[in-house]
Amino acid sequence: MKAQWQILVVDDEEIMCESMAAWLREDGYAVDTASSGREAIEMARRTEYAIHFVDLKMPGGIDGIETLMEIRRIRPDASIIIITAYATVDTAIAAMKEGAQEYIVKPCNPEEISLLVSRIIKVKNLQRENMILRKKLARQYHFHDIISKNARMAGILEMAREVASLRSTVLIRGESGTGKELVARAIHFSGDRAQKPFVAVSCAALAETLLESELFGYEKGAFTGAAERKKGKFELADGGTIFLDEIGDISPKLQADLLRVLQEKSFYRVGGSEEVRVDARVIAATHKDLRAAVEEGRFREDLFYRLNVIEVQLPPLRDRREDIPLLVEHFIERISHEVGKDVRGISDGAMRVLMDHDWPGNVRELENAVERAIVACRSGTLGEDDLAFLQENGSGRQFRVPANMTLEEMEKLMIEAALKRTGGNVKESASGLGIDRSTLYDKLKKYGIER
Amino acid sequence: MGLSVMDAPEGGSAEMVTEQIAQALEDVFAVRVTVRQQAWIPDGAYDRQRGQYNAPLVLRSVLEGAASEPPKLLAVTGGDLFIPMLSFVYGQAQLGGRAAVVSIARLRQEYYGLPANAALLAGRARKEAVHETGHLFGLVHCEAPDCAMRLSTNIRQLDMKGDRLCSGCAAMLMERVI
Ligand SMILES: [Zn+2]
Ligand SMILES: [Zn+2]
Repeated sequence: MKAQWQILVVDDEEIMCESMAAWLREDGYAVDTASSGREAIEMARRTEYAIHFVDLKMPGGIDGIETLMEIRRIRPDASIIIITAYATVDTAIAAMKEGAQEYIVKPCNPEEISLLVSRIIKVKNLQRENMILRKKLARQYHFHDIISKNARMAGILEMAREVASLRSTVLIRGESGTGKELVARAIHFSGDRAQKPFVAVSCAALAETLLESELFGYEKGAFTGAAERKKGKFELADGGTIFLDEIGDISPKLQADLLRVLQEKSFYRVGGSEEVRVDARVIAATHKDLRAAVEEGRFREDLFYRLNVIEVQLPPLRDRREDIPLLVEHFIERISHEVGKDVRGISDGAMRVLMDHDWPGNVRELENAVERAIVACRSGTLGEDDLAFLQENGSGRQFRVPANMTLEEMEKLMIEAALKRTGGNVKESASGLGIDRSTLYDKLKKYGIER
Repeated sequence: MGLSVMDAPEGGSAEMVTEQIAQALEDVFAVRVTVRQQAWIPDGAYDRQRGQYNAPLVLRSVLEGAASEPPKLLAVTGGDLFIPMLSFVYGQAQLGGRAAVVSIARLRQEYYGLPANAALLAGRARKEAVHETGHLFGLVHCEAPDCAMRLSTNIRQLDMKGDRLCSGCAAMLMERVI
């Protein structure tokens, strides 16, 4: 249990460092040593130590208090014990003020240090247990990479499980970034086709002819450059699942071809006359309103009904805000690992910023935002500063309504803003607000606004 | 392994406990112990201000003065030991390494103003010697109440534990030695 905790001993005297390290190693801890404040800071940046023993007086460059402050900046939760050769009240107060956990005078009674270390480690063990427990709880909300405790999402995932082993086509609708492909994958990988291929195609990304050969493959000589026969995505997905993203964007010709595959379970390669039979489950997705497209004649009705056997409507992230903390925690864990940064958490203020944001780009936008913040982050915890970019580009285009604001309060704010903009010109303000002058006068009186 | 007795100008000899220590080490660690008598603790290790011997420096001299042969070395001294950070240590070992040292200065009843007790002193010395040698074999502190690897930072704690390894530590020792 102890070896997993690392301790750092910082002292410019080698014998001091090494003997203290040896003594702590006998107690089962993994102990590193640093001979200067600068070295200690570098090491603390790379490794999370449970305890830092820092000598107050170190010559040259950075002293103990500065080292303490810098380590605290990198690791706000770090336990730092300041060591000094003589007791002076001033330095003790300075060290404690900067966040030292303890202040000990050397030589120190071994029993005292032993108790101090085990007390700190006991707390760290408890914190770790809590974190593991919290992660276990969070995992309950995981279903094939989809993280949610939202009731509507739970219903969708329940249905995904139920229909996983059917052959029926599924149409997944939702704004971009809501995780349509994740749901398709969840359906595939929790069904009896899980061992077979899952092939994803984005229909929006390709021109019609390219998409056709992409989907159905081509024969040798089918067109210039077709030097070899090539299998299409449908053949590659044989026995498994083909995921057709942005299905609302395909041309009438491809709509007809697709309808044929769904009806006949067979197709022709481009330039081929041999019928190819295929058993691929189709899961389609779109961010568009296909029903409206059908009504406007832009999407074949028969194809729509073929695709829409099982319908899944994914809610936008702003309708499942309770998932934001779960998602953020998951992204921090994954991305900080990927980009090689040691970011462990997020401040309450930063989380509030994320909770209040509207996320037009949904989960993907949230993921990108967390990544951008982690890259910018200079400590172990994401702060509001790291998310400043969210407010920057939001303010111009987006209008955010603070929670708990009444319509009247809003109106008052708008009138004040209009007056400020026009330099107190009532006529101009009234026309800008789309009301007449007398109405504006009434409202100025009502809200007690001074011009 | 080698056991050397280091007499100290301040603190005296530890000769009277060497036989008991050698026996305990042979019993617990199943090693042959060869005793080398009468080396002097290095003068340079004495800290006049503290009136104690610097344990890391003592260890250094144990290693320097040793023949190449014994893979583990334990020195026993009558001098009181310290490491710079701590007011005293009963002993110090290189974890999983070659050299360790044990002091009997604070194991004597006289240190606490009580009449001498040879049997009690030998018993305490056995516990400390087994403890530091356990560290040499890579064992770390153990929570079992009467295990010799339990950490003792005062004489009461030392008296409460035994001079044998608990079954857990014994099992770990087997894994490392074999
Ligand atoms: Zn020990
Ligand atoms: Zn034990």
